[in-house]
Amino acid sequence: MNNFKILINGIVKENPTFVLLLGMCPTLGTTSSALNGMGMGLATMFVLICSNFAISGIKNLVPDMVRIPIFVVVIASFVTILQMLMQAYVPALYATLGLFIPLIVVNCILLGRAEAFACKHTPIASLFDGLGIGLGFTIALTLLGGVREFLGTGKLFGISILPEQYGMLVFVLAPGAFIALGYLIAIVNRLKKNN
Amino acid sequence: MKKLESSLKNMILSLTGFSIVAGGLLGWVNAATAEPIAQANAKALSDAIAVVIPGFDNNPAEEAETVEVEGTTYKIYPATQGGKPIGAAVEASANGFGGTLTVLVGFDTEGNIIDYSLLSHAETPGLGSKASDWFKKGAKGDITGKNPGTQSLTVSKDGGEIDAITASTITSRAFLQAVNNAWSAYMNGQVDATSGASQQH
Repeated sequence: MNNFKILINGIVKENPTFVLLLGMCPTLGTTSSALNGMGMGLATMFVLICSNFAISGIKNLVPDMVRIPIFVVVIASFVTILQMLMQAYVPALYATLGLFIPLIVVNCILLGRAEAFACKHTPIASLFDGLGIGLGFTIALTLLGGVREFLGTGKLFGISILPEQYGMLVFVLAPGAFIALGYLIAIVNRLKKNN
Repeated sequence: MKKLESSLKNMILSLTGFSIVAGGLLGWVNAATAEPIAQANAKALSDAIAVVIPGFDNNPAEEAETVEVEGTTYKIYPATQGGKPIGAAVEASANGFGGTLTVLVGFDTEGNIIDYSLLSHAETPGLGSKASDWFKKGAKGDITGKNPGTQSLTVSKDGGEIDAITASTITSRAFLQAVNNAWSAYMNGQVDATSGASQQH
């Protein structure tokens, strides 16, 4: 499998949100607007690329029986680094996402990719897997955030498209996240069936 | 290189080694970002002060005082223009719907509200989070120009004259409570300052 295929695999065939249904907590929690979803997706992608690369690089130094705690240490370190960097250089994004950044540690996508991919492949292949899965996650979260923002407030990326009184508030709140995600998964499955 | 066996020695060595490396890395990043984080926080605060009480030419963030009212401490940022006090920005918090809601309120010297800025909150997006604009000048629940001293600010549901945010009465109550508290902290601070000054004469 070449690197390009690995990349596409992460975005389409094994899209973490629409196909693997991993990482539902940040998916539902942070997608109240397209921008928030995208920010969360990019943050997760950064950690995923770093942790996949690092875990793949150290895989021979990690005895099997303690691999999970070591993977968690690696992932948690990258998340904390990301959190400090965001707080220092993009405080505005940190203010909206701050609460969810530490949750990336327990995002099962990261541990899932470490287990399923990084500890069996080369660092470069793992890097592309992190990029692919991360992009897939970012696209899915931006899409979900966009749908919710548009239906809930009539805006898209903060730009008004419809007057706000046409917005259905439920889509900004948690139940709307489930409804919108359910429909998006149905649409994605339908599109994949046609292909 | 062959994969390490899961012997007790290997496991302990590997776990300890990776924890030390991770700890060292985190310590280094923490030290490197401590300064920019402090700067970003200070900038956020001074931006907020500039919004709620325009026209000062001193540095309120550096001249901050703390005032204690009924066991709670409030931070007061005095603003002066050409050496004369023109008011102050007061930081106060209250328990909102989703957690602590911290607001920075600007008062002129008579205690009238100039403007406010939500510093941090955990209110429901789309409902309580509207508090960041709802009480601004020209909005539905306009509180600017009002003086909590002449009439304590309460939502219309509680017999007051401020329109609460639609479907977010709890957030509105918490917000107004924080504003009222900020006002009493500011007035307490002023009274202390004047009485202190009179004692010197």
